[in-house]
Amino acid sequence: MSVVKFTKDHEWVLMQDDGIGVIGITDYAQDQLGELVYVELPEIDKELDAGSDAVVIESVKAAGEVKAPVSGTVVEVNEALVDEPEKVNNDPMGDGWFIKLKITNTSELDNLMDEDAYKEYTDDL
Amino acid sequence: MSTTPASDSVSLARTPLYDLHLELGARMVAFAGYHMPVQYAHGIIHEHQHTRAAAGLFDVSHMGQVRISGAGAATALESLAPMDVVDLEIGHMRYGLFTDAGGGILDDFLVANAGEHLDMVINAACKKDDLHRMRTAVGDRCRIEELEGRALLALQGPAACEVLAAMSPAINNMPFMTAADVELAGIPCGISRSGYTGEDGFEISVPGAAADALARKLLANDAVAPIGLGARDSLRLEAGLCLYGHDLTRHTTPVEAGLTWTIAKARQPGGQRAGGFPGDDRILQQLVDGTSRRLVGLRPRGRAPVRAGADLMDADGGNIGIVTSGGFGPTVGGPVAMGYVGCEYRKPGTIVQAVVRGKQLPTEVVRLPFVERRYYRG
Repeated sequence: MSVVKFTKDHEWVLMQDDGIGVIGITDYAQDQLGELVYVELPEIDKELDAGSDAVVIESVKAAGEVKAPVSGTVVEVNEALVDEPEKVNNDPMGDGWFIKLKITNTSELDNLMDEDAYKEYTDDL
Repeated sequence: MSTTPASDSVSLARTPLYDLHLELGARMVAFAGYHMPVQYAHGIIHEHQHTRAAAGLFDVSHMGQVRISGAGAATALESLAPMDVVDLEIGHMRYGLFTDAGGGILDDFLVANAGEHLDMVINAACKKDDLHRMRTAVGDRCRIEELEGRALLALQGPAACEVLAAMSPAINNMPFMTAADVELAGIPCGISRSGYTGEDGFEISVPGAAADALARKLLANDAVAPIGLGARDSLRLEAGLCLYGHDLTRHTTPVEAGLTWTIAKARQPGGQRAGGFPGDDRILQQLVDGTSRRLVGLRPRGRAPVRAGADLMDADGGNIGIVTSGGFGPTVGGPVAMGYVGCEYRKPGTIVQAVVRGKQLPTEVVRLPFVERRYYRG
């Protein structure tokens, strides 16, 4: 069963049965950022600690980063975003995914919010 | 849904279109002491492209509208700016610069000769200082009024003329950089054919109390969409137009900024009214000797935007300049920027390195503008 968890910085991680976590940003985040014009994805096999910068993104107005919600090794990146960064704005929870990680430590997921908690969190912002 | 306006702990002014912006779903930000819309629901890229395809309506009421009158008005302004105001014909307007004793730029502005007076539009962030300086320097020889009760709207894009001409056919006869009193929907307005996008367009000075009604009337036309400050910046950047505080500062002279064309022959050595403005020694010297650096257009070769503050290096890693404006150009379809480089690097086609996140990004020096200007010359 897949589980989606959320960070305070508006990243999501979809944890799959095979130990792979798909990572993206939420609709709230893409709306705040505005239209993305540039995405710089990490190299395959890069090791990321939870909370470290995983992806560089630029919107029309400003640069930002997507942080790794959990620790892991990059196994796949969404190359389509290089030519079409707007996929992130159009489908942030689906086609707009950034990277897939082989997760090192599934207990890190316990530190993150589930969907209800994240919704409550954004309602208060 | 619009986001909550900026915190009340900072006291910000509202333009007459504030309520309209919220109604239209604007995302508001604090800008130059005002609540201003940075974008509306469809976003900056959409607004930018709409302006170049049809007509964009901008609220620029935060800017200063200043009226100078009296027989000494033109010479008074000439004592503060290296431009020709004395021979500016009635109904015509010019772009000018306030300079300081060192030849640096204090603000840029538009001035129109309305016959009985001169009408100026100055930057919002500089208006307090500009007015103080004008009053101190020349307040005794002319009357200086800030038209605080007026709003300023800009309608820009290839459809702008058609939209306004439907309200007043006189609009059709106004070439670029002319100004006139025109009635729009029964409202007396001061209209100029000018703007900050590189497109054909108009700036409309309207009494504050009538601004909302006029804006709604314009927005009722299918060709017109509301445009925020985000797209205003990307439009002017693609048009190669300078932004005060970025491309123009007290540390840049008009010659370095490529604005020698604003300095009329009459104010140059040998001219009828040569010099006689702050910084004239330095500026006139630069007209003769040249400068060590120049403002140029920059086109990063990759996709990553290069923004204001980025260092520019040569191939050996030596610092040769700095980026003063930069971002994504929706019409160009890629990153665009402007910055100062040492004169050896100013030739179009020269490749320099822009430092972004510690990496050197190859960037080509190019001629401005990035997008052809489409002013109506009549």
